[in-house]
Formats: sequence, structure tokens, C-alpha cells
Amino acid sequence: METYNFKEIMNKPERLAPGHRMCAGCGGTVTVRGVLRALHEGDKAVVGNATGCLEVSSFMYPYTAYEDSYIHNAFENAGATLSGVETAYRVLKKRGKIKEDYKFITFGGDGGTYDIGFQSLSGAMERGHDMVYVCYDNGAYMNTGTQRSSATPQFADTTTTPAGKVSNGKVQIRKDLAAIMAEHHIPYVGQTTFTNNFKDLHTKAEKAIYTPGAAFLNVLSPCPRGWGYEPSDLMDICKAAIDTCYWPLYEVVDGKWILSYEPKVKLPIEDFLRSQRRFRHLFKPENEELIAVFQQEVDRRWEELRVRCAR
Amino acid sequence: MISEKINENSPWQDITEGNKIFEAATSRDFYTGEWRTSSPVWNEENCKQCLLCTPVCPDSSIPVCDRKRKDFDYDHCKGCGICAKVCPFGAITMKEGK
Amino acid sequence: MAVRERLSGNEAVAYAIKQINPDVMPAFPITPSTEIPQYVANYIANGEIDTEFIPVESEHSAMSATVGASAAGARALTATSSCGMALMWEELYVAASNRLPIVLALVNRALSGPININADHSDSMGARDSGWIQIYAESNQEVYDNFLQAFLIAEHKDVMLPVMVCQDGFITSHGVENILLVEDHLVKEFVGEREPEHYLLNPNETLAVGPYAVSCYYMETKRGQRQAMINARKVILEVAERFHAMTGRQYGFFEAYRLEDAEYAVVIIGSATGTCKAAIEQIRNTTGKKVGLLKIRVFRPFPEVEIAAALAHVKAVAILDRSEMFSATGGPLGAEVRAALYQAKGTAETVNYLYGLGGRDITVEDFCQVYENLEKIAKEHKITDMYEYIGLRK
Repeated sequence: METYNFKEIMNKPERLAPGHRMCAGCGGTVTVRGVLRALHEGDKAVVGNATGCLEVSSFMYPYTAYEDSYIHNAFENAGATLSGVETAYRVLKKRGKIKEDYKFITFGGDGGTYDIGFQSLSGAMERGHDMVYVCYDNGAYMNTGTQRSSATPQFADTTTTPAGKVSNGKVQIRKDLAAIMAEHHIPYVGQTTFTNNFKDLHTKAEKAIYTPGAAFLNVLSPCPRGWGYEPSDLMDICKAAIDTCYWPLYEVVDGKWILSYEPKVKLPIEDFLRSQRRFRHLFKPENEELIAVFQQEVDRRWEELRVRCAR
Repeated sequence: MISEKINENSPWQDITEGNKIFEAATSRDFYTGEWRTSSPVWNEENCKQCLLCTPVCPDSSIPVCDRKRKDFDYDHCKGCGICAKVCPFGAITMKEGK
Repeated sequence: MAVRERLSGNEAVAYAIKQINPDVMPAFPITPSTEIPQYVANYIANGEIDTEFIPVESEHSAMSATVGASAAGARALTATSSCGMALMWEELYVAASNRLPIVLALVNRALSGPININADHSDSMGARDSGWIQIYAESNQEVYDNFLQAFLIAEHKDVMLPVMVCQDGFITSHGVENILLVEDHLVKEFVGEREPEHYLLNPNETLAVGPYAVSCYYMETKRGQRQAMINARKVILEVAERFHAMTGRQYGFFEAYRLEDAEYAVVIIGSATGTCKAAIEQIRNTTGKKVGLLKIRVFRPFPEVEIAAALAHVKAVAILDRSEMFSATGGPLGAEVRAALYQAKGTAETVNYLYGLGGRDITVEDFCQVYENLEKIAKEHKITDMYEYIGLRK
């Protein structure tokens, strides 16, 4: 692995071109840039993509935003599609038809990853293709207008779980996909988001790409439209997600769970919820107990993760 | 420019087989800077070249060359303001309009 | 020298795959096509071929991985049946519109429900608008021969479309018949290697596949696909001609059996043709009545003009469909053949029958009855039931 010299890393050539149609302030493309930046200079890659905001915005005919070869197939099959590409690579290499080395990285939103593409992802990981599946998790189906997904946190106001007179938003708690992927016993799983110098995302992406075999990265990628915050607040939102332990940073390397960051002071969950319109209803005086419920769930998961990492 | 080869007036014979594009990064020819309603202004004197603004840009619109950032790519910057918010030195300010 | 063997339809296709030694085969088992990936996995396990097999977790993923592999530059294929094909439906359209030269070994089986594992054509007929070339077989020999020709058609630069090689479930796929196999070296020479022009793993070109395209591009894209399908007509015949030169076995868009002087004709697809041929021989031998058949081999592209010409002199035609389309007016083959005759200002009376759904047998006697009906229809110019099921209990 490369040593993390921030300025050197930032100096690397850009692999996601501007001119894509993602919203101003989108966290998704920050994820894509951050992951692709971890490819070593000169290494070739094929980038895959599930249908979603990223796909319809970054390859709108005839405009591709990718410096590398790219394939989008459909919504629910980014895992299977890239497993086909990776297998083609192995056989063409074996048969002497190509000589160059390639890396395989595919991106999917939480809709394409946690939900409709879950089977395809699970299959690709279980078969152990030498590829990285990156979920840019913005916690709802944003491309179709913020419908709930199994990544949506409890109580979030979405267009299919609207908060209303007799509803407090989404009823269910969110699925823990990184843990589920870890239980596939693949060599590398990482959960990350954007930190000040991007070291966490970069090193995890680099490990995921350069670890032989299947790897999975779950990257919290805030969506200003769907979450309802000022686009310029991206980094504050991420910091709050980490410091409240709503989104712990960790990795699972060959079955070993490792906590990447432990806040000195674990902040109350309100610090993450407050700036987002999707949780606005929780701050009505009569809903105090809902915040307590949210806090309990965050605490429970954080403790569970600490136990796993202490083993 | 890709749009000179393929555009909304192209006859069907000019549409690439299977809609494949045989070039990298053709999106550069599409100017999302048009969307901007407020714009970042780089105050070079205040800038310490810490580069913290570069990875947070969703639009790859802060070019880096020789470990130093250059001025904004206004052809593509959408004016989200994330960079201004993360700058520790007040070297980026947002102004109304393009 | 050709090799004489006794093989089932599934074995014949698997053997063709072995001879071609393609790059990538993702597959998921489903009756009655399961044996094909099993045989291929065995060839690989014993080092007879070095194809990469991907044991995917569903048929949707089977076609998705095939699309990925083909876009990457590999010669890729899969095999399926019925509900398996229904699950990959979306991907059939993606494969065709991405212009990927994939081959699908389809073992035709009825679609649910109720769940039924036997032959009919509801799976492939439902996919007739997906942009795939469709080639059907009557026998094990034909499905083997069609399979050997498939990649050459698919990969032709004027075509670049996926090809579905169809055979009837169990009747063909599991029935063992005598078969002539082409020698390995001749197959290798005939099929050659895929030489992709644009592919993801081309180190000298960056390629992007699968865009979002707004309405100002979509219709032009479809017109391009249509052109490929038009071009396929010529290429299918050219490949068949090369195949003829190699094996002496001749193929076209369809087979005309005792049709030249026929007054009454059946139009049919697939394995039931053999039974119809037996009925034709029996009728001609016992009554001297001039009966014949037209067996469609290539359903996509649809050989409309050629079919109309071949039936131009016939007094009455029965079009036999092995799939319902619930238009309440007949089956898909009936609709298209009748349209072809109408367009050619044909004078033959036509009637559409549905038969063999979910594996229901059709007998020589059934076909004799069909020809009797045709004679009556031609005489009275009256059709009592345009859309009847053969062998239905009433």
C-alpha cells in the first residue's frame, strides 16, 4: 500500500471527469472520486455501475464522465455484471489475448445494493471474484425521489414513509449491510465516509482494490436533497455521523474486525439529526421519546461493534 | 467535441452501435457551470495550498497541478459551496451569481 | 469424416460448446436445460476445455454476467428454460440493445403457472420482441448444427446481435437420436475466435457501455437494431451456405417439406414437425391428397416475404402455435404468418391452431384431422373456429 501523503494523493490525475449531471453538493461523486483516486497511477480499471442517480448522471449519452472503461447494465445486477467482466479478464489473460492488468470496481446506491441488487451482490461476493463493490449509501432511493430503502434509518421522513399526523416516518431500523458482507467471509470489508483529509476512505479503498478476491466498501454519501440540509454542509454532516457513532468507521480484514476511529466524546444523536429536514418531526416536543429510541439503537449497535472489534 | 459527432440532430446511422462511447471523459464537453447560482471565489493570497478543498468537490472542479490547486473550473463548478465551508483559511468565499 | 453418435439434444449442444471452447459461461440450473451447464462443468473439470464457468445465483445474474463478459470482449453464452428465461427478461433486451454477440441455448419449456416442466414455446415466443435472433430446431441434429452456426451469425460485424438457439424441452433435449458430429478441427476452423472491435478490456481504447439515453437518441438506437436484424437475413444464409459446404447439410429460413405441389399446408415450429411429416406421408400414400408443411427455423428475423412466396400456391394453411398469447384471436406464429400472406395478397384460407401447451402430445391422427379440416375450409370457404386448441378435452 502507498503511504498516505495527502498532497501527493491529491496530485494524482482525476479519474472522474466533471460535466456529469449529479446535483450540486452530491456526496455520491465525492465517493466515486475518493475511491478511484486509490487506484495506483497507470493501473487500468473497468468501472461498473448499478442504475441510480450516479449512472443516469455520469453516463448520459454521449457523455461519459469516466476516464476508465465503464459498464452499466441494470439496477439489480452490478455484482453479476462485473463478475462477468472479471471472469472475461481472467480467461482472456489465461488465453494470452490480453496482457495488461486490470482492477474491477463497481458502484451502486443503497437501492441497487441493499435491496434490489442484494442477491446479485451476495452471489458475486460469495463466488470470490477479484473485484470491489462500493455502495454509495445515501439511505434512500434518491434517483426516483427519496423513497425508503432498507438503508434508510428509522423515523426518516421519505416519500414512501412520510411523517404525518399518525406517522413518524420509517417504522423499521436500518439493515447493517457491511456486517452482512463481513459474514460472507470475504477478505476485505470496509465502512467509511468523508473525513477531513480523506485518509480513511482512501486507505480503505486502496485495501479493497488491492486485496485479491472480493471486497466490499460501504460509504456514507450524504444527499442534500433527500436528507434536507444545505449542500455546503456535507463535511459537517459526515463528521456528526461519525462522532455520534451513527456511522462507525471500521473494517473487517480476513475476519478480524477493526475499529478505525473512536470519538473521544461520543456526541448525542441529536447532533446528527438536527440539521436534516427528514428528521424535523422528531424535534417536536411530543416526540422526545423517539429520539431516545433512536439513541438506544445507535448505542446498541456501537456496543455490539466494539465487542466484535475487541475479540 | 463529442457533441459535434453525436447530437440531437444526428441521423440514426450516426448513433454508435449499442450506444457505446469509444472515448474517455466526454462529459467535459458538457458545461454544468451553467447551473450555478452562486460561485466560489478563490483568494490566492489567503490560500495556504493545504488542498483540503480538493477532495470534497463533487464536480472535480478544483484542478491540482504540481501539488498546488489552481483556480476553479467555472465551466463545470455547480456552486455547492462545500469547498468554501471546509477552507480553514477563509481563502474561498461564495458570491451570488455566476 | 463426420462422427456418428447417439446423443440427446442437451448432449449435442454441450458437445458443440465443447468443440467451440468459448471463453465464459455463466449459468443457473433449470429443468430441462440443466444438463447443458452440467456437461460443460464436467468438460472443464476434466480439462477437456478451459472455458470459465460462473455458477451464478440466478438466471438474471446468468444473463447479467454474460452481458458483462461479452462487453469485456469474451465469447460468452448461457443456457436456460422457461421461468429462468422469464427472470432474465430485462437482460435479454439489454443484451440486444447493447449489441452483444451472446448465444443462449434455450430449451423451450412452458411458463408458469401452473408450474409445468414440459415443452411449449411460451418462453421464447414471449421474448420475440426482445431483439434476439431466434433459431429453432426440429431434431438433435438440427440443434447441434444451429448451435455451431450461432456465434458466426452473432459476431458478424453487420449483425452484432444475440442469438437464441431453441430446442423443445424433453422431446428434443432428452430424447436420444442418431447424430452426425462435425470433427473438432473443422469446427474450430469454421467458428474461429471472436475478434471484438470495441471491448472493455481493450488497452488501446476507453469504452463506455450502457448509457442513459434521452428520447432524442432512443428511436435512432432502435432503428440501428432493426438494421442489424435486416442484415442478419443475409448473414444467416451465408453462414448456412458455409455450413452446407462443410457438412452437406442444408439450412435456410425454413424447411419446405412436400410443399411444392401441396394444396394444404401446415406451418409449424420445432419437434412436432416430425409427427406432421409422418401424417403427410400417410395421407399422400393412402389418399394421394397433396399435403405438405413449412417448418420455420428462423423466426427472428421473420422471413415474411419468403414464407408468403412458399405458400402462394396453397389453397388452405393451418398455422400451428405452441404458445398462447391471449390476444383471444390466436397465437404469435398465426398472427405473423397471416400478416405475411395478407401483405403478399395471398389467396389461401388460413386457420390458427394451438397445440402441445405444457407438453401435451400431438399425434399423427391430430395432424390428419388438421389436413381434413383444411380441405373442408378450402371447399366451403368457411371457418367455424379460427382459434382452436388441438387435443383439448371438451
